[in-house]
Amino acid sequence: MVMHMKPCLREHIPSKLSELPEAPAYEAGYLVTKNAGWRSVRPVIDREKCVGCLQCYLYCPDGVIYRKDGKVAVDYDFCKGCGICRKICKLGAIKMEEER
Amino acid sequence: MARKFLSGNEAFAEGIRLSKPQVISAYPITPQTIVVEKLSEMVENGSLKAEFIHVESEHSALSCAMGASAVGARAFTATSSQGLLYMAECLTYAAGGRFPIVMMNANRSTALPWNIYGDQRDSLSQLDCGWIQVYAKDAQEALDLALMSYYVAEHREVSTPFMVNLDGFVLTHTYETVDVPTEEQANRFLPAFESDHKLDLDHPCNLAFSAGPEHNSAFKYKEHVGILKAKGVVAQAEEKFAEIFGREYTGLTENYRIKDAEYVLVTLGSIFGLAKETVDRLRERGQKAGLIRIRYMRPFPAEEIAEAVRNAKAVAVLEKDISFGYEGTVYTNVNSALQKAGISLPTVNFIGGLGGKNISGEDIEEIFEELKEGYRGVKFMGIGGDGQWRR
Amino acid sequence: MAAMTVKTLSEDEFFYGHKACAGCGGSLALRIALKVLGERSVAVLPAGCMSAVGFNFPQLCFGNNAIISTFAGTASMLTGIEAGLRARGITDFHAVGFAGDGGTADIGIQALSGAIDRNDDILYICYDNEAYMNTGIQKSSLTPFGAKTTTTPAGKNIRGNLRPKKNMFEIIAAHGIPYAATASVGYLDDYMRKVEKASKIKGTKYIHIIAPCPTGWGIATDETVEVAREVVDCGLWYLAEYENGTFILNHRPEQFEDVEHYLRRQNRFRHLTDEDVQWIRHCRDEKWRAIHENFKEKTER
Repeated sequence: MVMHMKPCLREHIPSKLSELPEAPAYEAGYLVTKNAGWRSVRPVIDREKCVGCLQCYLYCPDGVIYRKDGKVAVDYDFCKGCGICRKICKLGAIKMEEER
Repeated sequence: MARKFLSGNEAFAEGIRLSKPQVISAYPITPQTIVVEKLSEMVENGSLKAEFIHVESEHSALSCAMGASAVGARAFTATSSQGLLYMAECLTYAAGGRFPIVMMNANRSTALPWNIYGDQRDSLSQLDCGWIQVYAKDAQEALDLALMSYYVAEHREVSTPFMVNLDGFVLTHTYETVDVPTEEQANRFLPAFESDHKLDLDHPCNLAFSAGPEHNSAFKYKEHVGILKAKGVVAQAEEKFAEIFGREYTGLTENYRIKDAEYVLVTLGSIFGLAKETVDRLRERGQKAGLIRIRYMRPFPAEEIAEAVRNAKAVAVLEKDISFGYEGTVYTNVNSALQKAGISLPTVNFIGGLGGKNISGEDIEEIFEELKEGYRGVKFMGIGGDGQWRR
Repeated sequence: MAAMTVKTLSEDEFFYGHKACAGCGGSLALRIALKVLGERSVAVLPAGCMSAVGFNFPQLCFGNNAIISTFAGTASMLTGIEAGLRARGITDFHAVGFAGDGGTADIGIQALSGAIDRNDDILYICYDNEAYMNTGIQKSSLTPFGAKTTTTPAGKNIRGNLRPKKNMFEIIAAHGIPYAATASVGYLDDYMRKVEKASKIKGTKYIHIIAPCPTGWGIATDETVEVAREVVDCGLWYLAEYENGTFILNHRPEQFEDVEHYLRRQNRFRHLTDEDVQWIRHCRDEKWRAIHENFKEKTER
């Protein structure tokens, strides 16, 4: 399987003086917080209806929809629940469900 | 080593050629123009292999230099006066980003009124922006500082931009005989630029980011420590410089007949030559006059100055600058140094040479004369008629 | 070579985990461009939304090399990066800038003009959300006629912004730039093709992409793409290119969608009178008359 480049969550949060870089310069794609808490609704993909046209993946501003087994899946750690994917899907394969 | 008859600007350009910057971005402004014209010629004739970028403003000149520095290329720019002020935003940016860019500033008055002649209000107004600031006394020192500036700025522990100041016209346009080192010597002195924090295609990096209240102080502290470490690195650079080029420099200050001096004049820049002659004249008359030339305004030679004047009776600070509403900036810094060292001497601030006004040997003699009166405060020179020497 | 499509687009994500508002059009423009350009892109972002949401240490959301420039310095910093890498013997990279409408058409226009004048080998992408959104929706010179912003409030005396949107695309083209294009986040196939094309052209390239801002425009977060399509379909924006001294129209709507529908769905235009809407329609028609006169038509899709 090909590994794809993507900024990712890290365990270590640099905070002490000695851990901070000398200049404002640091490893690219270093994430320490998620965006899941922003969401009041979440996109749920109906894998039966999905034909893998990838339009939701293409138009997601956060890039949280990824290709999986010819169809798509959502990275809920970073999805903000904007709903663009639901609107773009011509097959009605995406529903927005209330977060509890 | 070749001896050449060069102006300050030309000598500095020779020093830059020997330092081999990879990117030069500059915008013309009197009296800096000759240095960038010379560098353009060097790029044209192949004696300097650099990308010369004809930027459309000083803001872009320094922004472009930051871009080059951010990918690990050695960068150079030059400006003066209004140009320095126009790039002010980029000055703090370059320092905060720890981009070790070298910039020549031809010291010139700032508008209004318009004036193209020399004073030091341009660079001294930018003293707080995080750059190392040095003031050359003559063309030879200007050339030598070009080489040393990169050595110090790019040193891993310093990583701070470096401003070399040359008095406009008096130094930039005055011809002197100058030793121009060989490339071989320069190569031995100046190591290649290796940046620890750059945009690197093999190890991607995010640069010049935001740091909120939690981390901001820490980054600013590191910036402060970096420029303070330049003190030690200047000494190290000068030692190596003397070994290779046979010329010695004296760190953050240069003292003259200071040892037993009772009355001391502190000044900076190209006025030093005239001040030395005046001190010699006064010494011949039996007066114990001495002189301190501040070379580096940042980092500031507080201990050096305090130590040098500890046994004096009074100290004068002569500067081509005024921080309106208070006093000369150099004076403020000198007083702070003395206060911290527990030295309570009468100090007088002479504001002179504004907008290129000539300062004569007689003027300097008069400064020493005035010092004996025990006055403390600011005196404004060169305002003519009734106003002369008045507060 | 076939144009890049969603199927051939790299699955790498380079702009991820950022704190842009939900439904942000600007972040979509960045994300897609970086996927087209790939890992050897060096991105410059001035102070503005995208730098504010992507660069908060220790949350650093660019997977590729990226740097924040001064607000006015996107193009000049790109110049330095390109020159610096070339001086170091590195040539296989893309220096790409992403600046908003204010950073491009207002404070950054001087440095951008300088870079185009020098024909520096950089790609400059303006994501246009038609106001200073990062500072709280203030008018820029790309704010369209009639739009309400926090500095052009719609009241009894003045009905929002009274000046038309500056035509950056044609200002850029007037420099004789090797390549310039307009785009919309509503039509990403067109945008991807343009980014890819720009990446293969030497010299300065400029792409101006309309990127709706739900917060500033007063639309729902899921309407960004729809509205970005509608602005093209109703003729208030057009998809075009400028190449070899020629303007090319990429997409001519057979019949314009209703301008009024486009305007009234956005809170920033809700105060407009029928006369205002008629005026906007009139200006659109005048613009299209000029487009038909001066642009060649060619559809490459």
